Amino acid sequence: MSDEDVADAGYDEWIDAVSEGEGYFLSCENDHGSLPPRRVCPHCGSLDIEETPLPDTGEVETFTITHVATPNFADDTPYAVGIARFGDVRVTGQLRDVAVEEVEVGIQVAIDVAETETTGDDLVVFRPQ
Amino acid sequence: MSGVRVAGVGLTAFGASPERTGRDLFAEAGCDALADAGVDRDDVEALLYGNFMGELAEHQGHQGPLMAEAVGIDAPATRFEAACASSGVAVREGVKRVRNGESDVLLVGGTERMTNLGTAGATEALAIAADDLWEVRAGMTFPGAYALMAQAYFAEYGGTREDLAAIAVKNHDNALNNEKAQYQRAIDVETVIDAPMVSEPLGLYDSCPISDGAAAVVLVSDEFAAEHDLDAPVAVTGTGQGGDLMALHDREYLARSPAADEAAEEAYADAGVTPEDVDVAEVHDCFTIAEVLALESLGLCEVGEGVTAAADGRTTKDGDVPVNLSGGLKAKGHPVGATGASQICELAMLLRGDHPNSDAVADADCGLAHNAGGTVASAVVHVLEVMES
Ligand SMILES: [Zn+2]
Repeated sequence: MSDEDVADAGYDEWIDAVSEGEGYFLSCENDHGSLPPRRVCPHCGSLDIEETPLPDTGEVETFTITHVATPNFADDTPYAVGIARFGDVRVTGQLRDVAVEEVEVGIQVAIDVAETETTGDDLVVFRPQ
Repeated sequence: MSGVRVAGVGLTAFGASPERTGRDLFAEAGCDALADAGVDRDDVEALLYGNFMGELAEHQGHQGPLMAEAVGIDAPATRFEAACASSGVAVREGVKRVRNGESDVLLVGGTERMTNLGTAGATEALAIAADDLWEVRAGMTFPGAYALMAQAYFAEYGGTREDLAAIAVKNHDNALNNEKAQYQRAIDVETVIDAPMVSEPLGLYDSCPISDGAAAVVLVSDEFAAEHDLDAPVAVTGTGQGGDLMALHDREYLARSPAADEAAEEAYADAGVTPEDVDVAEVHDCFTIAEVLALESLGLCEVGEGVTAAADGRTTKDGDVPVNLSGGLKAKGHPVGATGASQICELAMLLRGDHPNSDAVADADCGLAHNAGGTVASAVVHVLEVMES
């Protein structure tokens, strides 16, 4: 765990952008998506990667309901972690505004940033559309 | 190029021994391996040592020299870290050094002390094998990551929690007579299904325990074994390693482990064998779903068919290819930095005939070890064979 006063350049700006509804991903000329901070496309090695707006809606491709957490999420359990596809990129986040037992593969979600119960730290969340 | 023999093996009991230091655990395994090999410790040219969470568990970095000292070896020592594949990659490095003539005698192994951290602390320590920014900060735990893979597998290929439970039942059954195993008790499918959930669809009995333990092997060249008249019938004939993107969400497939496909392909080609030649396998079943992904990557099952292999009896003790006769990570235990080396120990004993389960594979002459790190962003595969002389 890094010192909270020191930023993680690239990541922190991305979190701020998503929380303002202006999320983006990095896209290469071969339409590979990835998340910052990066200098190289992890899929093809392209050095030409540009910030591209995230689609408004994503689809949950898999999820899990976590009951045993690390200390940083002890008061958040049970919570649903999902991987959602937004066009050319996938993101990992927690499902919000939905009961954990209602989460399914294939549901449509929007991306946002919220705070954890336990520490109040920012985290990526998905809200069903 | 010299051949590489497994001259000796050493294993501590795996389980909960929170008060034992890492140095004490590895001293036991290392000394036992040297005694088993009949090799003088002065002949050891280097220690290659795997460990994952020593900084968190023991506030101890720089463990290579510490562990060489613990075993009484006056030789250069290097620590290898690849999460749960740490000692698997150490073994691979040892094989390469012996083959290229750099060394004739190496001690290779690993240790993990975990239970002193408690469940929450160990869960946190294991999570650092994932991408901190993009996975851990979203609350993804290590069981959670494999649960995401399990759910994706069910959605893509089918399969049920009962199918996965059969894997845990099989591996517990295999450990019944393994006195080094953490659990030596039988369970049934109902027990697995009814156990508390860790990260759905994986419950407590789909998950390997938190374990303390150490493992070590003595690797020697063919020439050294012959000159010193060592009884070392088992050779490492193939080695392979594969890598993948760190975060699960960046991978093409959420329910496959292509790094292990690559490692297996390389190891099979290196040994000049095929999946059909494999008589027995030790695979990295940190969770029940992990054994499924391993079987498919190793070519022991078709993609989408590994989930029913245990339930159908194909991988049980009396099946076509018995898998995890040691009990696997599930029942033998998973002191992560020791696991890769421990698989080599178990396989060598199974092949040379002094393992409690050797009778189940009495005619076996080819074994496979599969060791994975994180959600298989690292994978190491080794082929072990019984030599004519
Ligand atoms: Zn690209």
